[in-house]
Amino acid sequence: MRKKRKSISYAKWGYIFIVPFFLCYFIFSLIPLVDTIRYSFFEYYRSGIKEIGPTFIGMQNYTSLLQSDMLKYGANTLILWVIGFIPQILIALLLAVWFTDVRLKIRGQQFFKVVIYLPNLIMASAFAMLFFTIFSTNGPVNSILMSAGIITERIDFMGSVFGTRSLIGFMNFLMWFGNTTIMLMAAIMGISIDVFEAAEIDGCSGFKRFFYIILPLIRPILAYTLITAIIGGLQMFDVPQILTNGQGSPDRTSMTLIMFLNSHLKSKNYGMAGALSVYLFIVSGILCFFVYKMTNDDDPDGSKRAAKKRAKEERRRRK
Amino acid sequence: MKKKVVSVLLIASMCIGALAGCGGAPKSEGGTDGAEEGKVINIYSWNDEFRERLEAVYQEVEKTSADGTVTTLKDGTEIHWIINPNQDGVYQQKLDEALLKQADASADDKVDIFLSETDYVNKYTDAEADVAMPLKDIGIDPDKDMADQYDFTRTTASDMNGVQRGSTWQCCPGLLVYRRDIAMDVFGTDDPAVIGEKVKDWDVMKTTAEELKAKGYYTFASYADTFRLYGNSIEDSWVKQGETTLKVDQKIIDWVKNSKEWLDAGYLDKTVKGQWNDDWNKSMGSASKVFAFLFPAWGIDFTLKPNWDGAEGAWAVTNPPQEYNWGGSYVHACTGTDNPEHVKDIILAVTANKDNLLKISKEYSDFTNTTSGMQEAAKDNSYASAFLNGQNAFEYFAPVAENIKIAPLSAYDQGCVELIQNAFSDYLQGKVDYEKAKTNFETAIKERYPDISEVQWPE
Repeated sequence: MRKKRKSISYAKWGYIFIVPFFLCYFIFSLIPLVDTIRYSFFEYYRSGIKEIGPTFIGMQNYTSLLQSDMLKYGANTLILWVIGFIPQILIALLLAVWFTDVRLKIRGQQFFKVVIYLPNLIMASAFAMLFFTIFSTNGPVNSILMSAGIITERIDFMGSVFGTRSLIGFMNFLMWFGNTTIMLMAAIMGISIDVFEAAEIDGCSGFKRFFYIILPLIRPILAYTLITAIIGGLQMFDVPQILTNGQGSPDRTSMTLIMFLNSHLKSKNYGMAGALSVYLFIVSGILCFFVYKMTNDDDPDGSKRAAKKRAKEERRRRK
Repeated sequence: MKKKVVSVLLIASMCIGALAGCGGAPKSEGGTDGAEEGKVINIYSWNDEFRERLEAVYQEVEKTSADGTVTTLKDGTEIHWIINPNQDGVYQQKLDEALLKQADASADDKVDIFLSETDYVNKYTDAEADVAMPLKDIGIDPDKDMADQYDFTRTTASDMNGVQRGSTWQCCPGLLVYRRDIAMDVFGTDDPAVIGEKVKDWDVMKTTAEELKAKGYYTFASYADTFRLYGNSIEDSWVKQGETTLKVDQKIIDWVKNSKEWLDAGYLDKTVKGQWNDDWNKSMGSASKVFAFLFPAWGIDFTLKPNWDGAEGAWAVTNPPQEYNWGGSYVHACTGTDNPEHVKDIILAVTANKDNLLKISKEYSDFTNTTSGMQEAAKDNSYASAFLNGQNAFEYFAPVAENIKIAPLSAYDQGCVELIQNAFSDYLQGKVDYEKAKTNFETAIKERYPDISEVQWPE
């Protein structure tokens, strides 16, 4: 009787409760993932309504991708990401510091937090559509500038490489700086208030406070933000797709990798699209590895090296 | 014990919840009773146009549900409308999925009728693909039942061997639609006959364009406006049956050259880049300086009218500088349909019955597909349109329709037409040079159609 009692384990309920997730994951994520990789070695597309393939062709999809403009689109993606990310992180840091500074006593903080987060709630495609309309050659922005006498001839924003890229960067900035601000605020608020007080008593200036206290202490979150932003940037799709009507115009200079992938999917070219996805998967995988390493650090300083160093010192001292 | 029951229920509901979110919508109900004709007719289309036409003229229609997805016929058969937007190829994607599953689908899920547009009709009428049934196989004799249709519409809906595999209620001859007030200002008259003389061919048109420019007007909005006149009169199809080489026709290069010349000369509005965008729509408004558009009947009704913000009667139509055809929706009986009788009945009623077609012309000012009917309409002033200030457009449409020679089609047309315009847009706007535009087109077309191995340009 007693023995039976002992063997009661509630752990199984835990397993049962997570089964639905694993089932879903297996059916809707893992199998397609494996299939994608499998098809990347095949010639497999649709011509009209006739299916061609699948015929095994080995690495041919991979090599022909390398010979295509893929790297150029990769560079486009990187450029578009950088021009959005730099202002995003700078403004987000500034706002996060301001909002968490108890001495500034900013009024209506909640209101501002909501406002800066709002652009993120709009669907990216709707946002791009809106920008497309207001920055079109005959759109309101041009009209306002004309009637204000700032310009004499209408600016063709989306006709130039600079214009299109800046618009995409600007949109990405607008959409994501609120999110980043809130993330960084959480990190800053995690710093003990005692540290700031002590620094203040020692006569620490605002700049010093930022560079010597805040920045080092929020490093893990900062790194996390950076990596997730890079992964997000790699997947940049809807904004440039809608803004340039899927063409990456002018001259395919704002064509991103996922837009490239999308144009393969449009022709149901599963083989080529699979190979491109695998490339993206590898790059994302490497980035994820970094973020995993960083977030798994238990050292408050955020770096593994510091932790190791300390452990070594500890050992030495014990000797 | 009670706890156990509760937790089992909880788990069950979680599983169902999790799976239901991912699964597809439940399939339509109603079993087959083993009779010859099925109870459900599935029609694939990209908008409500065909449904409206069918409701207007098909005698058997009893009622349509409020959301427009189910039409019930008098004998109890239900028509299920499966509508997917044309944009970005969504419609074709969904249709293709359904067609690939056609053989295994249960009777009520089979596609019975589907529609296609001129740009991609060839993909579905292909004899080898065999998804659109030859009309003869469902008991329609095209030579007898459709003798009154315009020849080119019948050719368009036929496969390589000349077997007709579809039919249409409309025929889309294009015209030149122009602003009466601008004509008055520049030429001192808005008489369609006089204006018609001024735009009768491209050479005369250029002189007219110069006159318009002198008064500060643009002849057309965008270089894309003239594309159909060149593109739909190519000598040979983009890709010949069984080949993988894409041949760009000389006419397309002519379009590029002329467009460049016209754009640089200031006859076209530089700020309007292509069609179907905001700038283009605005150029149909009253504040615009654009004199004319090249449109078939549907263009006037669906595109120009909603964008015009001035008084009614400000536009008029006249002959285009070159005869052309733009668009057209084809109705196909799908191979494997379980309702051959109904399908035959519907196709005949909507596309081959002269009275029905004239009714469509009157109600929707659509140019319909009967030669004799349209000749009558051209002479009958009850077909006049208030939007065109009482002008009877059919008078101008009918002769154009009779002269149309449809360009040879290929399954690659839609991609070619879209991508060549995109690639050369950059060139026309001076962003890239001519050679670069050519390479960009080659890259894009091979991306869209992986089986195209080579692109040949005319000398």
